[in-house]
Amino acid sequence: MTSATPSGQAAVGVDTPRRIHHGHSAADRVFRGGARGAGLLVLALMAGIGLFMLSESGIALDEFGPAFFTENKWDMETGELGVSALLLGTITVAGVAIVIAVPFALATALYITEYAPLRSKRTLIAMVDLMAAVPSVVYGLVGLIVLQPALVDVARWIHDFFGWIAVLDVPGANPDTTLWNNEAYQYTSSAFIAGVVVSLMVLPIVASVMREVFSQAPAGERESALALGGTRWGVVRSVVLPFGKGGVIGGTMLGLGRALGETIAVALIIVPAFDLKVRILENGTITIAAQIINRFGESSPVQLSALMLAGFVLFAFTLVVNTLAAMVVARSRSGAATEI
Amino acid sequence: MTALATKETETTVTVGEEERAEPSAPDEPRRVATADTDDRISQIGCAAGSLGLVWVLYYRVLPTEGLLGFVLCWYAAFLAMYVLVTLQRHGRVVLADRLAATVIRSGAVVVGAALLTVIASTFWRGREALSHWNFYTEPLVFDDSSDLTQGGMLHAVIGTLEMMLLSIAVALPLGVACAVFMSEVGGRLSKWVRTIVEAMTALPSICAGLFILIAGILLLGMEQSGFAASLALAVMMLPIITRASDVVLRLVPGGLREASLALGASQWRTVWHVVLPTARPGLATALIIGVARGVGETSPVVLTAGYSNFVNANPFSGWQTSLPPFIYNNARLPEEEMIARAFGAASALLALVLVLFTVSRIVASHRKGGRS
Repeated sequence: MTSATPSGQAAVGVDTPRRIHHGHSAADRVFRGGARGAGLLVLALMAGIGLFMLSESGIALDEFGPAFFTENKWDMETGELGVSALLLGTITVAGVAIVIAVPFALATALYITEYAPLRSKRTLIAMVDLMAAVPSVVYGLVGLIVLQPALVDVARWIHDFFGWIAVLDVPGANPDTTLWNNEAYQYTSSAFIAGVVVSLMVLPIVASVMREVFSQAPAGERESALALGGTRWGVVRSVVLPFGKGGVIGGTMLGLGRALGETIAVALIIVPAFDLKVRILENGTITIAAQIINRFGESSPVQLSALMLAGFVLFAFTLVVNTLAAMVVARSRSGAATEI
Repeated sequence: MTALATKETETTVTVGEEERAEPSAPDEPRRVATADTDDRISQIGCAAGSLGLVWVLYYRVLPTEGLLGFVLCWYAAFLAMYVLVTLQRHGRVVLADRLAATVIRSGAVVVGAALLTVIASTFWRGREALSHWNFYTEPLVFDDSSDLTQGGMLHAVIGTLEMMLLSIAVALPLGVACAVFMSEVGGRLSKWVRTIVEAMTALPSICAGLFILIAGILLLGMEQSGFAASLALAVMMLPIITRASDVVLRLVPGGLREASLALGASQWRTVWHVVLPTARPGLATALIIGVARGVGETSPVVLTAGYSNFVNANPFSGWQTSLPPFIYNNARLPEEEMIARAFGAASALLALVLVLFTVSRIVASHRKGGRS
């Protein structure tokens, strides 16, 4: 018996596993290589944007040194060039835009998820998406020609009543003079008006992120709140908002990222002014993107390089803000932010 | 709400069957909204009362003017009055609910009104230029700039169409190939690509323009042309198309892939004949989303295409203009007629975006009803 088994097996032949064909055929290798190449190309392109801007800005860094980040003038004749006014202006305009956009975006998102009748929800969502699809140059044009005259009144009004707050002061303007006194120009082309127009652009982005996160608030907890006798606002306050906190923060930051990089609408509305100020109602301000679009054509190599450096600052700034925002939103979407 | 209602009815039915008692009236779901007739009437009353009060104060007593300021004051007074009226009859819980509902509703209404204002005023101000046939058939060449029967946007329309076609030709194959790499080939590299692409979807468009300005025009010595602008637009659209395509490709059921592989198809054949056709409507939506974003971008084109008032049908040589720079340049001129032309071009651009938007909705809804 003991010898029969090996001999029997020898007759059949020792079992060897069927050879499973590893690796891919030639066509597949070409396909996978091609796809990987496309991926690498996209990666290289995207990384190249930052690297090229950084490498081109070397001349400006050599020329101006670290003073570039503290100087506020942009004067080629005297060689005084710096981004501090641009940075301050960019943050001011984006800040105004976010302060205006976020409350309205929150209201819109809550209305769509909690208050709107079910059948009109899809239409409302489509309207928010449409608002995001309107080109920024159209917002800029409407803001400049249609909204500005109305907003000048509002600015004058705010100055009249809240002018004692430093940010809302307009030195040298008298809010009580009537518009035909030709004093209204002091309220035009301000960071406030640019901010209002940019807020129209970032609002749909903020609102759609918030809406998406709000709509994922757990149904069980909603229903528990209702079963305990909560009102609709009670559900919003105790379930939807705590759950969607990440969406609110992340959406706001995504909107901030968009507001920082907004170019054409801001360039249409503002008048360049390089003094370091945060008086948002006063005529004139400047942002990085608007400065680039205004000055790229007439620039000497050094000035062009300075614009590239400014562009790189903007690029890095938005990248950081957007990445943080994406992380916050992803965390709240995955439900990791909910604590039970 | 609906889930609650069904649960309650079910409970009623089981209780009824067990006890064999006479059927009681079916349970009504509790009304969540606290708004009722009393609430509506008090809202109308407060609106009217605050309108009167604020009108007297704003226009007659205080040294204020301006319609928007008036509306803001009216709204604030309305809210204050509404709080007082509600507190007369209800407690704080109902007050909070009604106040929140009112504020949220009015916020949403303001946003809707803003959107409608932007769209309606664009078309309304654009009607003067659009009503002249020459606006569609002539470039911006005229003897007298104040005469709207001379000059038009033909050169910009040609530029827009050519730039869009060229940028699609670059961005679509590359974007879909990259999405295929991320979802079908995978690997550690694909995670990096996905992270970078996600981060780049929010890239400021001016950075894309600057990139082509440096890499293409300053370093490689390309001239400013429609083609350079197309490349810049393609760089801007690429992350959008890639990300949207990646999302749809990942939605293709794995069973389809496995079935194809089990039938002996190679991976290449599986992707080409199974995955991509299944995802076709989604890919079309991705393309349209990218185009809708790209068509309205101004700054990359301004940086890389130059500006021209004449027809230049050759995107590879000479300066070319598309609709957004046309709007941007004319809007900054002081003449009324140039601004009217800018609004005319803005209406055309907006109409184009609306069409693209509607088509993408239709395609996307087909996808929902169809294969997946």
